[in-house]
Amino acid sequence: MTSWSFFTEHREEILGATVEHMTLVVIAMVIAILIGVPLGMFIVQRPALRTIALGIASIFQTIPSLALFGFLIPIPFIGGIGKRTAIVALVLYALLPILRNTYVGLTGIDPAVLEAAEAMGMTRAQILFRVRFPLARAVILAGIRTATIITIGVATIAAAIGAGGLGTFIFRGVALVSDALILAGAIPAALLALLADFLLGLLERRLKVT
Amino acid sequence: MNTKTALSSKKNIAFREVSFHINDILKRLIVSGISLEIPEGETLVLLGRSGSGKTTLLKLINGMLLPREGEILVEGRSTRDWDLIRLRRGIGYVIQDAGLFPHFTVAENVALVPNLERWDAARTAARVQEMLQLVGLDPGEFAHRRPRELSGGQRQRVGVARALAADPPILLMDEPFGALDPVTRAELQREFSALARRLGKTIVFVTHDLREALLLASRIVLLETGRIVASAPPQEFLRLHHPEVRAFTSSLNLTPGASA
Repeated sequence: MTSWSFFTEHREEILGATVEHMTLVVIAMVIAILIGVPLGMFIVQRPALRTIALGIASIFQTIPSLALFGFLIPIPFIGGIGKRTAIVALVLYALLPILRNTYVGLTGIDPAVLEAAEAMGMTRAQILFRVRFPLARAVILAGIRTATIITIGVATIAAAIGAGGLGTFIFRGVALVSDALILAGAIPAALLALLADFLLGLLERRLKVT
Repeated sequence: MNTKTALSSKKNIAFREVSFHINDILKRLIVSGISLEIPEGETLVLLGRSGSGKTTLLKLINGMLLPREGEILVEGRSTRDWDLIRLRRGIGYVIQDAGLFPHFTVAENVALVPNLERWDAARTAARVQEMLQLVGLDPGEFAHRRPRELSGGQRQRVGVARALAADPPILLMDEPFGALDPVTRAELQREFSALARRLGKTIVFVTHDLREALLLASRIVLLETGRIVASAPPQEFLRLHHPEVRAFTSSLNLTPGASA
């Protein structure tokens, strides 16, 4: 059986798994953004917290993804088998690029601009929301873009703990030594990553202020 | 004391035995024993070499820095007692790189303080027009441009317009023309000199360029390693015999035509 005929015959299953995969990614990304961006804004003024927050986020990034899923299973409330655990792991992975880029974007602003803002009598909050944040948007979005691509890839492994998605085909394919099955998971995942990269890249260029 | 400050001009600035130092790994800026009265309407030029403490004095006036010892009175009130946001909105500030907001148009940059002060839109728009004309920029041509679409000289003009927009009684300027090419610099110096005379604001202007100081100042205060070593109106200043004054005047003689 060729890969192509396998694809056409299992079109609906592949589509369903793709939707499931995207759902995992979108939920995880929304949560990671809701945590990462405000946290990044918060640590700009607090050097002690900054080291801790970036350090912890870096540690999660260094744990092999399969191991991270495994570690989470026995943890009460967030653990167990299924989507919830997978989303927690994906959030932890996505956090570092978002947090780091938010921080870097907010702090990498022309000092003359910040000096002028302060000297003209802007409050700290006004400087954050009207100056730092608009100027950091493109850098923050670059972090979100990186995180999205990582998450689409890592989410294939979520199938190992029963979260579904395109990884289901890959794991089954490995077990059955079937290239067609592996490709049925890998190709849509790769296309999703490319598509996300392209669309977020477009948005990033639009937000860039030079 | 209180009655005295209340009776003195509302707009003046006074340094009383001010010292400031910061110690960090990179630099050590110190000013010490500074006493200085800046009456209303004066254009005071703080002259000195790099690191002599000029910028520090400027930032002490608008509370970007607070003194370790002594006090700075603005309109008779110590900068320690001012609401610093209020204080700064009443003090225009122009710096070398202009520090325009790159995500704002020229008009939005100029409207910054009026918007922070919640002026109504019509009044702000009229004021922006007026300010752009004041600094020699045609509002129709420049109002909707972004800072990156301007030359260095135009950016500084916008910087001056932004600083003046809310009509602050005091204007602080930190080497505003320092990064410009000599021709543009001379042009802006001339225009600003005329503008300063017309506006009658209290201006504190930092420079290391004696030529600029002579052109703009009603009084020149010379700083050397954080201390005031001379204070005189321009013509008198040239006749002083302090070694640091001589160092500046001789640099003027040695390089006729140059100004930096």
